[in-house]
Amino acid sequence: MSGLESLLDSRQVWRAQTVVDSDRGEAIASGHATLDAMLPGGGWPPAAISELLSTGAGNGELALVWPVLSRLTREGRPVMLVSPPAVPYPAAWRRAGVVLEQCHWLDVQGREALWATEQCLRAGCCAAVVAWLPQADSRLMRRLQVAAASGNTLAFIHRPLSKVAEASPAPLRLRLHRHAELEILKCRGSFPPSQRIAFGGGA
Amino acid sequence: MRWACLLFPRLALEGALRRRPDPDAPFALIDGPAQRQCIRAANRAAREQGVKPGQALGFAEALFNAPLFKAPGAAPLSKAPNSAPENGSEPASGERLETAPFDAEALERWRQRLASWVYGYSAQVSLHYPHALVFEVASSLDLFGPWPRLEARLRAELAELGFSHRLVIAPNPAAARVLVNVHDGLAVDEAGLESTLAALRLDRAGLSQIHSDHDIVQTLHRSGFRRLGELFGLPRSALARRFGAGLMRHLAELRGEWPLALDYHRPTPRFSRTFAFDQPVYAIAGLAFPLKRLLQELSVFLIGQDAGVERFRLQFELEDGPPQNVDIGLLAVQRDPDTLLELTRSHLERVRLAGPVMTLTLSAPRLADYAPTRRELLEGPARQAQAWATLHQRLVARLGETVLKPLVEHREHRPEMAVLNGAGPRAREATTGPPRPGWLASVPQRCDGDVVQLLAGPERIESGWWDGGDIRRDYYLAQWTDGRHAWVWCEPERHGWYLHGWFG
Repeated sequence: MSGLESLLDSRQVWRAQTVVDSDRGEAIASGHATLDAMLPGGGWPPAAISELLSTGAGNGELALVWPVLSRLTREGRPVMLVSPPAVPYPAAWRRAGVVLEQCHWLDVQGREALWATEQCLRAGCCAAVVAWLPQADSRLMRRLQVAAASGNTLAFIHRPLSKVAEASPAPLRLRLHRHAELEILKCRGSFPPSQRIAFGGGA
Repeated sequence: MRWACLLFPRLALEGALRRRPDPDAPFALIDGPAQRQCIRAANRAAREQGVKPGQALGFAEALFNAPLFKAPGAAPLSKAPNSAPENGSEPASGERLETAPFDAEALERWRQRLASWVYGYSAQVSLHYPHALVFEVASSLDLFGPWPRLEARLRAELAELGFSHRLVIAPNPAAARVLVNVHDGLAVDEAGLESTLAALRLDRAGLSQIHSDHDIVQTLHRSGFRRLGELFGLPRSALARRFGAGLMRHLAELRGEWPLALDYHRPTPRFSRTFAFDQPVYAIAGLAFPLKRLLQELSVFLIGQDAGVERFRLQFELEDGPPQNVDIGLLAVQRDPDTLLELTRSHLERVRLAGPVMTLTLSAPRLADYAPTRRELLEGPARQAQAWATLHQRLVARLGETVLKPLVEHREHRPEMAVLNGAGPRAREATTGPPRPGWLASVPQRCDGDVVQLLAGPERIESGWWDGGDIRRDYYLAQWTDGRHAWVWCEPERHGWYLHGWFG
């Protein structure tokens, strides 16, 4: 047995090409074909948080999640927005296909927003939770990740671009660029592709 | 057949005997002032020696020391070979009469505990009569089977608890109570009630409770009345004139003509049990077994109450030093013993004992409503809805009613009125029309220098002249300095741009 094989055999080396969480359920299709092709498993990681980093509102963050929210709300499952950057304009959400009756938003800030996000994730009854948490640090992100896993809930956490250098337990980290482009910073289960992905939609 | 009455003729004695290591040894309860204590109740072994209620304590004790008074059939079999020679020439029995003072509070506690036990079988349990429990059973029969089966179950459980009892079922509580004085195992229905009551002797018919000085019973006896039935035959007006309303009311209660208002037993909404160790316990591991038993008792108690706990406390009484408390709070209301044990164990892993533990007390001062997790054949919408309702309740409880908002759009042109503080009918499904941003700023902000390029527009929104909120704006989709897409407006024939939303 060669040295490499014995190393692999002792399971001390993580092999990037194996999809680690194949046992965690099927990925949830994002609704953007180009993005799905790039993501390991072919969609958003289920029961986990996906971290979205951007400079602020208006970077196509809604266009990115609208397709999946639209599908989930059409299935009759509730979606929760926690401390969004502004008031959601229902006309635009409805035009994107989201069922408004299944959509709720929490107008809270600070620690209460973190608490509420965790509660929504843990409850397991929300189809998806989209939260804007500039105050969350890496420790809190881990807590939210555990909550999402225990509640089996799809979660999107928006954080400012300044957190890009911080370690994050999120299995998927995306950086949003303007004009509906994004860059995969980290994705568990494969190497992040180097090029930017245009996911269309937007204005 | 609706009301059952359980009579405990020897409740105080048997309650006290339960705490004794050998319940068959001669034992008596004593009562009265210290100078003149007398026997209140005695167990079988003591009665066989001739101890009777009402005897002076000294006399009863003498029965054990002086074999002269020994009952002939009850010769002690176990003669101790070197038994106390100072007792005289006759060999002494070797047994002593153990006594304990009669404790009215303990009696009341036992009554409460038995009521809590019966509460598991009936929602209407009353401690109205001393020494007895009356409870309604008709509504429980659907669940616990016909009366003979329920009766057998009650008797088996009482035998296990160690309480002698008599049990009678009758159409009303008053009749059940007086019939249990003379019967055991009797079941009377509506039709047989009159004749059963008529055969009852007057001194057993509960009449003495009406009048404290037994006047009525004596007068009736001297008048030649022996059975209750002879009173039923008399004209009521004459009876009422002679003996007053009390007797008439009692007779009516017995026959079910006068409803009896009873105070029902309400189980105490808290739980507390103590486990005392023979040897001090030094390690958490040694607490596992008693903890399991206490949690099982808690679980049984909670099921009886149809409740759960959200927090409870473990108190360790230490050999030296003040007691140590461990408060255990749960995320959700629980009552399953295994879950409770698991949660408690994980809590205790982080606890260090401050010293050797002598007693362990588990107390739950407050119970919470328990909603069992419904496991349905099709785990579907119902379960989702329940979880959603729980989440909703929790969020609103902490954050307030106004924080959780729906996405609502009213039929209105002005964006502010449509989204933020509008009223009136909801907007209709509109798939066409000019684009709307995903985000709406709650207050438009002046943004003259930040708009680089207008990408689409204008869209004129002009409305509100009737309610004072008159607006006249041209909306544009604009590119922001950093490339983002914004929703901006300016008033026609005026200068100044305002940011009103983002295309997310």
